Amino acid sequence: MIDYLISLLPFQEGKLKIERNRNVEILVENEKDFLITLFFLKNHTFFRFQFLNEETCVDFLKERERFRIYVVLTSLERREKVILSCPSRGKLVHQFPSLITFFPSSNWLEREIWDLFGIYFLGHPDLRRILTDYGFEGFPLRKDFPVVGYVEVRYDEFYKSLVYEPIELTQELREFKFSNPWVF
Amino acid sequence: MNFGPQHPAAHGVLRLVIELEGEIIKKADPHIGLLHRGTEKLMEGRTYLQNLPYFDRLDYVSMMTQEHLYSLAIEELTKTTVPWRAKYIRILFSELTRILNHLLALTTHALDVGALTPFLWGFEEREKIMEFYERVSGARMHAAYVRPGGVSFDLPVGLLEDIHTFGVQFRERIQEIEELLKENRIWRQRLIHVGSLSVEDAVAYSFSGVMVRGSGLPWDLRKAFPYDGYETFFFQVPIGEKGDCYDRFLVRVEELKQSLWIVNQVLERIEKGPIRVEDYKLTPPSRSQMKFSMESLINHFKLYTEGFHLLKGDIYTMIEAPKGEFGVFLVSDGSNKPYRCKIRSPGFFHLQGLNMMAKNHYLADLVTIIGTQDIVFGEIDR
Repeated sequence: MIDYLISLLPFQEGKLKIERNRNVEILVENEKDFLITLFFLKNHTFFRFQFLNEETCVDFLKERERFRIYVVLTSLERREKVILSCPSRGKLVHQFPSLITFFPSSNWLEREIWDLFGIYFLGHPDLRRILTDYGFEGFPLRKDFPVVGYVEVRYDEFYKSLVYEPIELTQELREFKFSNPWVF
Repeated sequence: MNFGPQHPAAHGVLRLVIELEGEIIKKADPHIGLLHRGTEKLMEGRTYLQNLPYFDRLDYVSMMTQEHLYSLAIEELTKTTVPWRAKYIRILFSELTRILNHLLALTTHALDVGALTPFLWGFEEREKIMEFYERVSGARMHAAYVRPGGVSFDLPVGLLEDIHTFGVQFRERIQEIEELLKENRIWRQRLIHVGSLSVEDAVAYSFSGVMVRGSGLPWDLRKAFPYDGYETFFFQVPIGEKGDCYDRFLVRVEELKQSLWIVNQVLERIEKGPIRVEDYKLTPPSRSQMKFSMESLINHFKLYTEGFHLLKGDIYTMIEAPKGEFGVFLVSDGSNKPYRCKIRSPGFFHLQGLNMMAKNHYLADLVTIIGTQDIVFGEIDR
């Protein structure tokens, strides 16, 4: 099936990379190819990957292409799953085309990626925050956002309301840094 | 109108902003995130073994299935196979957890709709199963029992006989709950034709588990992508016809019976053997060995401080959790901590489809639909 897939995808060799270690993973380099591959995987009669399992983002802080969007699809008829990934690009704000026309279930997934990573999805009907607090600033799951956050201590006070203040940690955050220099 | 976060029928902290026209719902917009604990961010700072209890607390009514999922993901990335006794114990507890979850789902759904007694009967059975959890791991609910490499402790003497006794009387309990609800005129009127879902809609909105099986599609991950020996067990996958709440109720009751069948098969088949992979770079040696042998002491120390390393790469593993398809997307950079661990919970997608399912229903039906979707906020908000 994998070889049939490679032979059918209308790409040149350099632009598309397929890894088949544990899962079939297709790495695409730009968004146009990504959308074409997605359409192809979803609608081609042999593949029929119509079930969206997951759409996530990984922050590779130290690489040139910082955010990479991964989409996991399953074919119910073929009993196969495939992971498709593509980096997101943008000058000030990273952008990516929304998958909502293909998969209606990517609605909340993209809202979550926007909320936690800051990647704007073009074409999404209702992109607002979903998991963080109503007035939260910042994108928590980026690697440069600290685990404890910035303005997170809040308590009910003389003003009889919630107050946001810079954090004061009573116990220092434990970082479990026990890695040794030897690799086994 | 606000269906506020503190509501007895809201199954946790759900804030729903509903647009009503009289009594009919035009649009339902769930606001989630009130239980967001930052699990994924916290997991990036801890080693793999330290992250295991986070998975217990995601879907806090079916604990061991998520541990099972995490252990499977790690075992795929370390390329280990678990010994057979460990697989049987994991399946045993997975099915007991499925019973645990369906008891809660069905009876709290009944409670929301108005039937008060199944709740009490169901929770008594849950107490009995939680006693098994406690005997095997020490904790009634969040047992960090299923670990990468196998299970952490062996079964105590007498547990299997007690599970068998439980199974014998449980059959009557299922029958009691079914008798009370199945042919009940009020129950049928409240549930039939409510929340109808077609197969195309279910697949488009990424519903999984009972939601999609109630609409007629026989998709069960234990049969489609079998893991940990499920292909050697005999069980059937119940499906519904029309996709309304009543069919999903019947599917859940039937799944209780099938889970009981699998539990009995495990009790017949289980054999003696190791319960953990014997590779001490992944699983800890036993305490007696640690006190005698120097290598075991070193392995124990290194495992509990630094932890084990995974191969570099990423993987998406999924299991048939009682609520649907539970998945984890684990990205590892070769170190002892996960680089990114994304949790795909079934409730997230089910709640997303609430707007689609609850359109043009009455307000009372909204409660029925939330109950049938089996929403638990731990897994939605993480």
